[in-house]
Order: sequence, then C-alpha cells, then structure tokens
Amino acid sequence: MVKVTIDGKSVEVPKGSMLIDAAKAAGVSVPTLCYLELHSDMSGANSSCRVCMVEVAGRKNLAPACSTPVMDGMDVKTDTDRVNGARRLNLELLLSDHAQDCLTCPKAGKCGLQDLCYLYDIKETRFPGIMNSFPLDESNEFYVRDNNKCVHCRRCVNACTAKQCTEAIDFANRGFTSHPAAPFDDPVNESVCVSCGNCVSVCPTAALMPKSKEKFRTWEVARTTTTCSYCGVGCQMDLLTKGGKVVGIEPVDGAANNGLLCVKGKFGYNFINHPDRLTTPLIKKDGKFVEAGWDEAYSLIVEKITKTKAEFGGDALAGLTSARVTNEENYLFQKMVRAGFGTNNVDHCARL
Amino acid sequence: MTNSIAEVVNSDVVFITGSNTTAGHPVIGARIRQAKQRGAKIIVAEPRVIDLSGDADVFLQILPGTNVALYNAMMNVIISEGLQNSAYIEERTEKYEDLVAAVSSCTPEKAAEICGVSADDIRAAARLYAKAEKASIFYSMGVTQHTTGTEGVMSLSNLSLLCGNIGIESGGINPLRGQNNVQGACDMGGLPGDLTGYQKVANPEALAKFEKAWGVKLSDKPGVTLTEIVHKAGHGDIKFLYIMGENPMVSDPDLNHVEEALKNTEFLVVQDIFLTETAALADVVLPAASFAEKEGTFSNTERRVQRVRKAIEPIGKSKADWVILMDIMNRLGIETKYNNASEIMAEIASLTPSYGGITYDRLDQLGSLQWPCPTTDHPGTVYLHKAAIARGKGLFKAIDYKASNELPDKEYPFVLTTGRVLYHYHTRTMTGKVDGLNALSPESFIEINPKTAKTLGVVDGSKVSVSSRRGSITTVAKLTRTIKEGVLFMPFHFAEGAANMLTNPALDPISKIPEYKVCAVKVEPFDRVSDYV
Repeated sequence: MVKVTIDGKSVEVPKGSMLIDAAKAAGVSVPTLCYLELHSDMSGANSSCRVCMVEVAGRKNLAPACSTPVMDGMDVKTDTDRVNGARRLNLELLLSDHAQDCLTCPKAGKCGLQDLCYLYDIKETRFPGIMNSFPLDESNEFYVRDNNKCVHCRRCVNACTAKQCTEAIDFANRGFTSHPAAPFDDPVNESVCVSCGNCVSVCPTAALMPKSKEKFRTWEVARTTTTCSYCGVGCQMDLLTKGGKVVGIEPVDGAANNGLLCVKGKFGYNFINHPDRLTTPLIKKDGKFVEAGWDEAYSLIVEKITKTKAEFGGDALAGLTSARVTNEENYLFQKMVRAGFGTNNVDHCARL
Repeated sequence: MTNSIAEVVNSDVVFITGSNTTAGHPVIGARIRQAKQRGAKIIVAEPRVIDLSGDADVFLQILPGTNVALYNAMMNVIISEGLQNSAYIEERTEKYEDLVAAVSSCTPEKAAEICGVSADDIRAAARLYAKAEKASIFYSMGVTQHTTGTEGVMSLSNLSLLCGNIGIESGGINPLRGQNNVQGACDMGGLPGDLTGYQKVANPEALAKFEKAWGVKLSDKPGVTLTEIVHKAGHGDIKFLYIMGENPMVSDPDLNHVEEALKNTEFLVVQDIFLTETAALADVVLPAASFAEKEGTFSNTERRVQRVRKAIEPIGKSKADWVILMDIMNRLGIETKYNNASEIMAEIASLTPSYGGITYDRLDQLGSLQWPCPTTDHPGTVYLHKAAIARGKGLFKAIDYKASNELPDKEYPFVLTTGRVLYHYHTRTMTGKVDGLNALSPESFIEINPKTAKTLGVVDGSKVSVSSRRGSITTVAKLTRTIKEGVLFMPFHFAEGAANMLTNPALDPISKIPEYKVCAVKVEPFDRVSDYV
C-alpha cells in the first residue's frame, strides 16, 4: 500500500493506483472529461483533456490525476487557484474548437463539456479563431459522427480498440486537424465497424449520437435497469423511456457485459413500440382472426383444455414454453401444463 | 457454462468450436479478443472462416459434422505425447482407460482426412491446448446440433478433463446459450422429464414435493420433446397445443412438415408479442407484454440470474405472460394467487435447491446471483466443480466418430450448414422490426465458394434454387472464399427463403436435437447467368 495525502486527508491505496483513485478514496471529487471509470484498467491511456490537473507538492508542473501513479508521501492539492486556473484554460482551449449550439444540441444536459463549463463559469472562450469544419458521417445505420463536437478524449477509440476489440477507428492526422476516423477517413460503414455502438455510449459530448426516431431532452427520460432480451450473454442495460416509449438504450456495467453491448442490444429496440404489436386477443372464426376480449379468449381456451382432457386424457395436450420469457413465467407455464393439463408434455426450443 | 464470462479474459488458451462467437454472442466475442490482447492463444475449429479465425493461432476449417473426429485426434496427440494432466486424471476422474482405448485409433492423419484439415494443424492445436495452464472451451450449436451432438459435448468434456481444466478458474467447458433465457427455461422445468432445477418427474420423492406444494396429483410419466410434440400434433395424437413465445414455423427443421402438423392440430393457442408465422395458424392468439413491460428474471448462459424490470406499461390490452398464465390456471381450478413476480420467485426458491437462496431483495442488492445458490446466505457459484467434480469423479466417455445422418450423394452433392448473422436474432420476430438491422441484413442468402459456384454457373448476387429431400427454396448466392468448396452456409433467420425448409429433422438419440448443421442439398441457378453479366 502507498500512503498519500489529498487536500490534507491521508489515505492508503494499492501500489499502481493513480492519483484519481487516491482522491476517490479520500472522498475528494476531481473533475474529469476524458477519464472513464469503466475503462480505469487503461488509466492513462487517454490523459488528453487535462481537466483533472492537480498540484503535487515539490513538483514543478501540475499533474493529471488520471494518469499519475501514486508515490509514497505525495502531498496533493486538488482545489487551488493554480489548479482551477489551469482547468479553466484547458476547457477554454477545448471550447475554442467546439460548435456551441447547446440550445439545440441533443446531448445538452448530459454533456461532459457543458457540465464542466458550468462548473467553472465559462461562458465563452478567450481564444476565438480558426475552427475545424468536419463533414458529418451519417453512413452508419444507427449513429452519427460529428467531429466538430469531438473533444479528443479517445474514449471511442479505446472502446473500439481495447474493449470491443474491433479496431474500426483510430485518430487520423496530427495537431489541430487530428480527429477520430475510420481508415483513410472513409465513411465508417466502409470500415470493419460492427455497429455495436460502444463508442457512442462512452462519448462525453455529441460527437457520437444515436440516430433516434424520437426527439427527447436528456432530462426528460426515465431510466430502468434491466437485462437484454436477445442472446444468452445477459448484458445489463438502461432502457430510456419517455411517454410510454423506449427511446434509447445505454449499457450498464454488469458482471457479464462489463459495460459493453452489441448492435442488437444497443439499437434493436424499435420492436417494443412497433405498430405491429399484438394489442388484443384474437379468435379465429371462419378462417379469419376476430378481435376478442380476454374473458372470451380465456373461456374458449379453458373449455377446450377441459374437454380434450376429459375425452382423451392429459397426454393429448401439450405446451411449448419459451426461452424468451422470464424464469417466473416458465415456471408458471410448466406448472399449468403439469398441474392443469395433467401431462408432462412441455418443452421449448432449447435445441433449436 | 461451468465457468463465468469474465474469467475468459485470464485464460491462457481459448478453444472456440461450433460457435461464431462475434455474431451469435458478440459481447463474449469481444471478451475473447480482450483475452487475446492480454496474450491468450486462440484455437478456432469451424466449418467457415469466422471473424475470430483472424485472431486464431491455430485455425482448423473442419467439414461440418466432423467435430468428434477432431477432438478425438487432439486427445490422441495429447496422450501419445504424454501431455495429459496425470495427477488430475488420477485424483479427479474415472474410466481413463476407456478414453485411451477409444482415441488410440484416431490418429491426426486419420482425422485430417475426415475433417479436411492438416494433421500438423491438429497436432499444433492439441499441443497448444494441452500445454496451457488454464484453457477454456467455448462452444455452441455447431457442436450440439448434430445427430451426434451429445457425443460432441461429451468429447469436449473428455478433452477438458484430460488436461485438468474442469474445476479451475478461467478454464472449463462453456456452452454459449443462444437465447436470453434458454438457461432459465431449462432450469424452470420447461423440459418433458424435468421439474425445476432438473428434479426428475420420474423421481417419486421430487414429484411428491411438487404434488404437495401445488395440491394436485401429477403424472410421473416423462412427456415428449418439442420435435415429437409437433409430430404427434400432426398425427392427431396431440389435440391441444399451447405455444408461448416460440416460432416453430421458422425455427424448426423441415418446415413443410411443421406447417402441416400445426394446421392439423385440433386446437392451437399461441401467446406472443407479434402475429408470428406460427401465430397465424392459431385458433386463439393471446397478446403478451414485451420484456420492457414486466418484472421478472432471466438466467444467462453462465447461470447468472438477473432482474428484468418494467420500464413502460403493457402495449394495448396485452398482459405479462405470468398474468395470463395465472388467469388461466385459476379458471382451470388451480387456485393461483401471486401479487407480483417476486412471489413466484419465492415459490421457485422453495421448491428448487439450486435457486433456494435467490430472492428479489438479494438480486436488487447484489445485481445478480449465479446458481447453485442454495441458501439466502450463499454468495452464488462462480465456477462449477471447484472442490470436486459434482458427480464425484469426472467420467471419461469412450466416443467414436460417427458420420452425419445425411451425407452428400450424386443427387444432393453439397453439405449445407446453418447458423446466425450478427444483425438478426433467431426468427427475426424482433430484429425484423428494426429498419437499420434490416438494411444491414435484408434477406436470406447462401454462401458458396467461388469455385463451387463456377461449376454451377452461379454468380455473386444471383438467385439460386436450393433443394433437399424435404423441400426447395429460392435464395441469393453470396460468393465467398470463407467457405470451403462443396460446403454451403445459410442463416436460419428468414421466413422467406427459409433454411429450415431444407434441414434434416433427424434427431440426436439422447438430447433429441435436430441435425441442423448438416444436410445434403443441390443448388441450381434460378435465373440465367446472362441476366447478371
């Protein structure tokens, strides 16, 4: 263990920890933009925004808390005039090349840059001048890349390279025009991108935004943590809902998925509120479906079950339960077949 | 899975076989690649060049249906080179002699001929796997959907036991379950011979426990499986069939037969969220709520029970499946009263030893619990067989390679194998409603090696007619070198140009799984080539 002092509070953290971990242990919040807790095993891989600068006694330069390893006896200050001045300066530099359309930006309310500018009272940058003007990349079916809002945090590149491991994007160019891009700056749909959207989920600004059918402000949506209903991996996710509709999905750091999702989990939710959903029981009369009430449908089903059972015995009935519904529902289904139909003829598509 | 997903990152060797992981289970595919970035060696044995083949240190492009020959030859190499874990075999297994006898004749040269790969590559794979301290095996339907599927799994179990990989962290044999809750459906007794937690209906003690809890007399005669249910329904032996959240009209083999059977069923109830191909044949259709509209739990492929939470109200007059089932049971005279899904889980826990310690309170607090979890103070089980193999000793099973049920012949000269694509899920009931996914994968196709295509006069993107002994379909040819000459691949998702019109319903005698992965077909150009060139 290594002993460090953060804002006068002494803490012990494991060797190899970064100053930001020590600050957390001390209960001190250090503002960040590029640093992502989820990717903390790659701590220092980003280290680009320089918002987490702190003062270390005896060091000439300020140190980025996200990527400075702890050393025994370090005395760190996170809230001095020098530190705050440096943070402001760095934010203003980022803002000097950032489209400032926060009024209509879909990320407003959940934008890392907006939040930090609010925190440090930055209304405008002292460094107006030339700005990049990148074309939008709308080639992907599910998301848009607007590099004019990129803060070079590298989160998307790291997610794609070290977590999703698809390696579809990296930084192109050097210096002022440096930007995340697919190889040869081609549209991303011409790359090996598999549309998992893990880059979109980690972007702190509106540089990567899902293409959404619904308009919503970030503060209007409710979040419900649940389990993905596609394959057997069991990824944890938040359903974003507004007005009885699912309008977006964001990954949660679950034991199985570690903050990742795939294209189906992240973007394949429009079936939920699809107009083709069944909304009422249907009974076939003369070869055609007719809308029915629940009581009518139930009565017919129960009548057929009772009659078939009385006439031919329980084994003339069978049920196929589902690998798609919940445990509780599977339990009740087999209970209904076994106890209600009087047979063990129950199975599901485990083998298919 | 014997082990947990997160453990793969620390495996020294990952052997992937019968699984196109990055398409079927994309997030596990990503984590296997994370393992590779940390230095793990990768072995892939698949009939097609898959994404993970590019990550593989050894890639074996085996012919469909030859898994057991490959695994036996790997074990032959391991034993003949003395690479087996003798201490583990001595301490934790039995019938090792049977295995030695069974694999002794399956030399790499012999298997190379059967599998269509080089003997040296088999040797390299065997050595890599055997020399690893922690080697994990990941497999899916490419191993199980054969008439020898159960033997394929047993053979992988042999391989894993041989090198001492069962009961250790980052090792094990890990079947990747295809559906969100296929593990849970099995755990919950959605099987003809099993009550919850795999308690057998033929076990009088278990049955008595359920009779007491449910207050009814239960049958001790195991029921029949899905494929048999469909068959019996077609022949009038089953007169009433209730299908919940399944679409056998796309997912089952030999669809012409399924359609006929369901049409012949006297009374068919289908409960689903959409009017599926199967629901269209029903006498009564009940509208169910989707996963976003109800409370419950799913059990994932690593036995992890996790919560499903209600985000919106049920659409229209639809109801959660559990509410519908409760209503019907009450009308059948089985008094059933649950105020919420949590109360159902309490009943499950009281009757199921492996779920005994699972409650909603604990799930909300801990995020998830992996069974076996017998008591409310049990932390759950990250990997199985830790202290000892569950049955006492790990049992080696002597298994010989057997050819698939239907092999290519003069009339049907090609082997067709089936699988998934990344952008669709099962029968497309859900993904088919998502524009972007349809744009990325719009229609049924068949992968053909360019050399095979040339002999047929088929060009890329042209329509072809594909026929087997069971049916004939039209689909689009996709020429690719990722598939071997003489082998064809089709995704099974699509109702139009459905692969399962062609597939062979021959069953594995033990698991009753159909042989989706191998059938014999012929291919003819549907249009004139001159239309395209």
